[in-house]
Amino acid sequence: MLTYTLRRLLLAIPTLLLISLVIFLLVDLAPGSPMADIPLTVPPEVKLKMMAAMGADQPVLVRYLLWLRQFFWVEPMHQFDMLFGSHIVEGQQRIISYQTRSPVFTTIGERMPQTLTVIGTAYLVGVLIAVPIGIYSAYKQYSWFDQLGTFIAMLGYSVPTFFTGVLLIVIFSIWLKWFPSIYNTSLVVTDWASFIKQVKQMALPVMVLALFNAAEISRYTRSSMLENLGQDYVRTARAKGMGEGTVVLKHVLRNSLIPVVTVIALGIPGIFGGAIITENVFKVNGIGAALIGAIHANDLPMVQTLTFIFAVLIVLFNLIADILYGILDPRIRYD
Amino acid sequence: MTDAAAASPPKVEKLAPPRSQARDIWDQFKTHKGAMAGLILLCLLIAAILIGPFLWTLDPAYVDSNAAKMMLGRNKPPTWAHPMGTDQLARDMLARMLYGGRISLAVGAVAMLISVFLGTTIGVLAGYFKRLDGVLMRLTDLFLALPLLPLLLVMMMLFGDSVRKVVGPEAGTFLLIVFAIGITSWMSSARIVRGQVLALKEREFVLAARSIGTPNLRLIVRHILPNVISPVMVAATLGIAGAIITESVLSFLGLGFPPDFPTWGRLLFDGVDYMQLYPSRVIIPGLAISLTVLSVNYIGDGLRDALDPRIRGR
Repeated sequence: MLTYTLRRLLLAIPTLLLISLVIFLLVDLAPGSPMADIPLTVPPEVKLKMMAAMGADQPVLVRYLLWLRQFFWVEPMHQFDMLFGSHIVEGQQRIISYQTRSPVFTTIGERMPQTLTVIGTAYLVGVLIAVPIGIYSAYKQYSWFDQLGTFIAMLGYSVPTFFTGVLLIVIFSIWLKWFPSIYNTSLVVTDWASFIKQVKQMALPVMVLALFNAAEISRYTRSSMLENLGQDYVRTARAKGMGEGTVVLKHVLRNSLIPVVTVIALGIPGIFGGAIITENVFKVNGIGAALIGAIHANDLPMVQTLTFIFAVLIVLFNLIADILYGILDPRIRYD
Repeated sequence: MTDAAAASPPKVEKLAPPRSQARDIWDQFKTHKGAMAGLILLCLLIAAILIGPFLWTLDPAYVDSNAAKMMLGRNKPPTWAHPMGTDQLARDMLARMLYGGRISLAVGAVAMLISVFLGTTIGVLAGYFKRLDGVLMRLTDLFLALPLLPLLLVMMMLFGDSVRKVVGPEAGTFLLIVFAIGITSWMSSARIVRGQVLALKEREFVLAARSIGTPNLRLIVRHILPNVISPVMVAATLGIAGAIITESVLSFLGLGFPPDFPTWGRLLFDGVDYMQLYPSRVIIPGLAISLTVLSVNYIGDGLRDALDPRIRGR
């Protein structure tokens, strides 16, 4: 297991390097990059000076390596310096946002808590709803509950989150006036009243994302449960005279959850992508909103960094899912 | 006793006429209620957007040049003259929905074709030629590890203007969206096709074809491809649904088609600013997208069951 983990970690490095190259080149070679947007009234020699000042006259490879150095050395070491008061990378150029003129990672640090609160809660709620539904659907296969679950899961797959979001706003905040339609980031939870307010403003985005996530996970749980319910060991357990509850909730569920856990792990980077839309609908001031804002403002360093962070998350959680699978299921042998 | 049995001529069982495979698949497909409902709904929608504009001849882009008249006709609720109301420039919503549906479905279909073409090509190459397998599968893994939605947004932002300059705003956006969706969604069909090809390659009929000297290209086109068509069809159906959603997401985030060019996603995006006062402006396009995607997904589900010979006939 350890060698497998190490091998996968080592393999992740070239993957990430390639992805970073793709992201860097896509942004760098694109005709719409800011170097192409210098007004025509600027004289050519001034234009050259501007390019030189920004380092844009260097060859692509040099710029890519410098960007990598910023991303993998300067930024982590800066955090290290901040923590321990050392001066390893003091005075070195960090990745600066074109919009705010401050380091990109400062903005990301400011935006992260909102995303994690809203999206994280939504994912948790989604999983907590999905697993029991999946279990019961499988146990009572083809019952009305199962049919209804299948239909709702199909809806969850098919109805795009921006429409569910907008629909919920129309129903709950315009017609019923129960919840606010906009997420207020500056709300600080200090007492019971502000906590209620926080719950209320989180309700709609959490509902939207939870429905979307629950659809997929409940289907996985159902099919995995169905597969296990037909196994011989279930018949053996029943033949021994075990209670139905023990058989289903202990024997079958434990075995069925193995693939579900990996699906849940694989879904975590995906929720950041889904969050782009939901954050936009409910005006949550998180990572997804930061990405959209940066794209509209042509803020390339921010776009590159955020996209690459998403890529890192995907690679990381793929790795975690595979390792979890190996740990949870003793039948899987990687070595 | 015995001669009675011997005398009667042996009973000839009347054989049913041979059934074609398409007939079998259709019969199985018909038993899936959701898929049939989806098929009927999708046919109705397609008929509406294809024939609709000929029956409902209002111009979706018509803005009354008389400003006072235009102001009076803005944001109207549904009436007989405008069954879905009017928008903020007094344009007829029904006409815009019909026209927008054409674009949304066209994007879905063309993007799916590109994605399936890429996926099948890469899958067949990887499965058939052992030397290419490693490289192509690593490429697939790489694409699967890319954050696709952010990259799509970045591509739309960076390449949008220059492509629009070359081929015009409408065709430019269409081409860009279709290609961007196509090259970011081929991975699953490539994997499925590769798996199928790997299994097919070992079958006797392929060996037989090779033994009479069939060249690789003909072997792939005549013997391999017809056998991978069913998983590809399922992937294609689901691909249409994905492409329609992706297009509407891009339009919804303001990076899709230009404002005067209605698609369902764009109409929804335009309606969001007015949803407090006129909720129907977001509900109608949203319902159209959802119903289309839902019916396409159900059809895909039914196709998967119908094309699976292990389930068929049960």
